[in-house]
Amino acid sequence: MDDLTSEFDLVLQAFWLTIQLAALSGVVSVLLGTVLAAMRVGPVAPLRVAAATYVNVVRNTPLLIVFVFVFVAFPNLGLLVGTPFLLKGVLAVSFYTAPFVAEAIRAGINAVPLGQAEAARAIGLTFGQTMGSVILPQAFRAVVPPLASVLIAMTKNTSIAAVFGIVEATARMRYFTNNSPDDTIVFLVFAAGYIIIVELLSVGAWGLERRWRVAR
Amino acid sequence: MSNVLFDVPGPRTRARHRIYSLVAGALLLAALVGLVLFLQDRGELAYDLWEPFVTPEYLEALLVDGLLNTLKMAATAVLMAVVLGVVLGVGKLSDHRFVRWPCWLVVEFFRAVPLLLLIVFVFFTYGTGDGIGSYWSVVIGLTLYNGAVLAEVFRAGVLAVPRGQAEAAYALGMRKTQVMVTVLLPQAVKIMLPAIISQCVVALKDTSLGYYVLAPGLTTIGRSIWTEFGNQFQTATVLAAMYIVVNLLLSALATWVQRRLVGEKAPLAGLAAGAQAGGGGGGAAVGAGD
Repeated sequence: MDDLTSEFDLVLQAFWLTIQLAALSGVVSVLLGTVLAAMRVGPVAPLRVAAATYVNVVRNTPLLIVFVFVFVAFPNLGLLVGTPFLLKGVLAVSFYTAPFVAEAIRAGINAVPLGQAEAARAIGLTFGQTMGSVILPQAFRAVVPPLASVLIAMTKNTSIAAVFGIVEATARMRYFTNNSPDDTIVFLVFAAGYIIIVELLSVGAWGLERRWRVAR
Repeated sequence: MSNVLFDVPGPRTRARHRIYSLVAGALLLAALVGLVLFLQDRGELAYDLWEPFVTPEYLEALLVDGLLNTLKMAATAVLMAVVLGVVLGVGKLSDHRFVRWPCWLVVEFFRAVPLLLLIVFVFFTYGTGDGIGSYWSVVIGLTLYNGAVLAEVFRAGVLAVPRGQAEAAYALGMRKTQVMVTVLLPQAVKIMLPAIISQCVVALKDTSLGYYVLAPGLTTIGRSIWTEFGNQFQTATVLAAMYIVVNLLLSALATWVQRRLVGEKAPLAGLAAGAQAGGGGGGAAVGAGD
């Protein structure tokens, strides 16, 4: 406990690394996930098959195995040898999260009622107008809640980086636990840190959702 | 949706799409061939490196010490999590505030904390030395986390039972407990079974975290194989393939159960999808849909 108070800057540093990892992975996986979703609904059959395969394979692989590939297997093949750990962590987490993002986006677009598109076409809007002012604005709204839960899960998943030598929050908690009754307090402090990050994300998503809500 | 957004493609567009398909197919094929050539070039496809996976004793270690332990761990955790989930889920629906709030707090806490943090805490505080050991540390961590997720699933399932069922039961003079146990829960379980099975997939994937505390299981066996043979890439590939096969079988089972019990209706989609990523996340984000 005394360690925790005297070395609190270490705790903050660890959470800062967690936040960096989560933010970078979030950006990369949303970009990658959007591309995947576009590939899955597009007219090019080989890309559709490739994207579907990627989604199905990665969704059924544990994140830890993805980390094993990036941190253990690839360096053994001579790939990613000098890459900084943070970058490798981002690579593993976003490679794993992108399929979930893609599914969330696809579900959001499918959630727009068909009648909206039909009505837009019926009053003579072009494809661009239909997409730009009718479908996508509604799809964004529908995407926010599922995308937020994917990103929250991703933030929690960054903890697996601890196994492979990145000293983020979970690894730092391991450093502070030393088989004493104080461990529970240490655990609660670190848990609180994660809960704050997660709650900030869900409050943010909730705010966006409210702001974009249509009056129905 | 896509067939409403624009006119049906004419012959020229279709021809263009065919060209795109050909180019994309060729590129993908080239990437695949390039990968194989790269592996071949580095000698990674050599028989020696793959040999352990066709050698009976290593195969046995992988299947018995690895896969069987992983499955046992996941099964134990899911069974315990279902019990915990029912208790917490019913608790959250209680009429009494002093029952509802603690249940809500427990569920929110374990859903928001990373599973690995939980496992590390349980193992290094209660598991080492004469403690409960790494196996049970992982099982307890999985139980607490999945129990919290399943509590939400159960709550949603009970609420999804048509209201007339509970009203009719009350009208017959049943007590609250009777209504819950004999009327609502049996119907709710039927609705939730697919969601519970997809949670099994999540639990199975999460058993891989036992690697960090050296719990018996696929990943730990995998590590001892690759330290012995130096075939990291091959071992990781085999482990991934094993997880994928088992998980696909489980997903197929979930689809079948869904057809059998619920019909073609969508399952509790939001809950199942949220849980897929290895965690549902905070309550506000999940609940914000309605």
